[in-house]
Amino acid sequence: MIENLLFELEMAAPQVILGLVNGAFYALLSLGLAIIFGMLNVINFAHGAQFMMGAFVAWMLLAWAGIPYWGALVLAPLIVGAFGVVIERTMIARLYKLDHLYGLLLTFGLALIIEGVFRNAFGASGLPYAPPAAFNALNVDIAIMFLPGYRVWVVIASLLVCLATWLVIEKTKIGAYLRAATERPELVQAFGINVPRMMTLTYGAGVALAAFAGVLAAPIYSVNPAMGANFIITVFAVVVIGGMGSIMGSVVTGFGLGLIEGLARVVYPEASATVVFVIMAIVLLTRPAGLFGRG
Amino acid sequence: MADTTISLGTPEAVHEEAGFLGFTRAQALAFGVLVAFVVISPFFLYPVFLMKILCFALFACAFNLLIGYVGLLSFGHAAFFGMGGYITAHSLKVWGLTPELAILAGGLVGSVLGLGIGWLAIRRSGIYFAMITLAMAQMVYFFCLQAPFTGGEDGIQQVPRGSLFGMVSLDSDFTLYWVVAFVFLAGFLLFHRVVHSPFGQVMKAVRENEPRATSLGYRTDDYKLMAFVLSAALSGVAGGTKALVFGIATLTDVNWTMSGEVVLMTLVGGLGTVFGPVVGAAVIVTMQNYLAEFGAWVTVIQGVIFVACVLAFRRGVVGEIGNWLKVKL
Repeated sequence: MIENLLFELEMAAPQVILGLVNGAFYALLSLGLAIIFGMLNVINFAHGAQFMMGAFVAWMLLAWAGIPYWGALVLAPLIVGAFGVVIERTMIARLYKLDHLYGLLLTFGLALIIEGVFRNAFGASGLPYAPPAAFNALNVDIAIMFLPGYRVWVVIASLLVCLATWLVIEKTKIGAYLRAATERPELVQAFGINVPRMMTLTYGAGVALAAFAGVLAAPIYSVNPAMGANFIITVFAVVVIGGMGSIMGSVVTGFGLGLIEGLARVVYPEASATVVFVIMAIVLLTRPAGLFGRG
Repeated sequence: MADTTISLGTPEAVHEEAGFLGFTRAQALAFGVLVAFVVISPFFLYPVFLMKILCFALFACAFNLLIGYVGLLSFGHAAFFGMGGYITAHSLKVWGLTPELAILAGGLVGSVLGLGIGWLAIRRSGIYFAMITLAMAQMVYFFCLQAPFTGGEDGIQQVPRGSLFGMVSLDSDFTLYWVVAFVFLAGFLLFHRVVHSPFGQVMKAVRENEPRATSLGYRTDDYKLMAFVLSAALSGVAGGTKALVFGIATLTDVNWTMSGEVVLMTLVGGLGTVFGPVVGAAVIVTMQNYLAEFGAWVTVIQGVIFVACVLAFRRGVVGEIGNWLKVKL
């Protein structure tokens, strides 16, 4: 009996951990989407493409400039974030007065352009990116399973960044401005705060979060142009489930759904790809505004 | 509430005379041109290419019914299009149905799927509606990837065209063209009739001001759902017809990129115009045809067109022409 249970655990644990790693990416990506949406009222369809850019920039930094993983973890979000700032200034800023759906259409077009350019430049097959050997120190090798240290790091890094984002938004002055501008931009502007610039920087920060997730993902998944598109639709479902009202909501929903996906892979593998969407349907039926949404 | 809905290209024409089938005079003229083009072009152009345009034109019209007249942006219409294709292909190949029944089956399954997805999606509006339809369509995609009858990665291949009503063989492209042309024109007229019916008026009222429509006593959710189902049914018919023409149904047609393509076609032609989706479909299919050799650059070009349309060309081709001539097309 006990042995049986241990065997079951042995089978399940890696999948659950894998789910947690996926959840780390869902959390980071949906956090970025929620921040951008809160401030700009734009759903950033290019989020997946910018995630992919983060991974590619990390690969380029290593292959062309010899800058290792730790450098990339800082530089790639800055580079891709700067790219986001340019995009916001030149294109998205023109659409604020229009229907929000135009923002979705614009960023969808951007996603197509970015993915197409990378596919032309690097082909559709993936490029390898090795994690630094230092992570082997984090390897978990216990009776029921072996867990590569890098995956432990991904979960920790994601949690840390989510926590830091939450602290900035809830506990600092900039965060207070941001929350105020999300509620009543005109009023905040009237107090002499440069709201358009805040919007630009918010978009840049959200994009940087996506790129950070991309660098984290580079050693796990092969660096390829489609890696973002595969993620982003699931992340949209995560966002619908969690509602975009709260930061903690995004984080909890992201990790939770990653775990559920991992469990589904153990219990009923055929459903693992669709379980998030099924949950979305159930949430829509019972709480249309999302678990953490505000009406 | 003008900024909460997709703003439409042309202003409401002052004299909206309800002439033939609800067409205004300018629209009747444009419809005449369209019919003439459909009748004459197969004598000059490759019929398979034209049939592809007609299938996508019907698909784009179906999509436009939602975005242009109810103000709902669906990012999941590939689900209905692709599933319609699978059902038509399956019923032609395995069940041996005649083509007209197979296409109807495609439309029927499209509408059932639309009923399910629409029922969920209309609980939210705006951006959430787009994300929900996209996610549900992705679920349909995974279903098609795994279900045995779709043939997974291979799709359903070598689908026989069969004989219309069991009598007229469709093996000749030229014969098939007239069937496809009939399906397209019938679908187009149905779409137009619906938009200009009392039902269509309520749809537009929902688009302009939903709380007001509710206060007037309309169950707006019912109207949205009916529009969604109708749009899904027409998409299923379009997908089924495409499967009949090419003798193949694959995952490409259920993929999210296909949902994006139909958005692009409608956007290029003009959101909320009667003829825009047809023109947009013709433009995009022609472009894909000529640029096919450039491989992945086609995606980039489509993205550029998307961005350009949103930033500078929101009325679309037909919307711009209508605006210039001061008529509603």
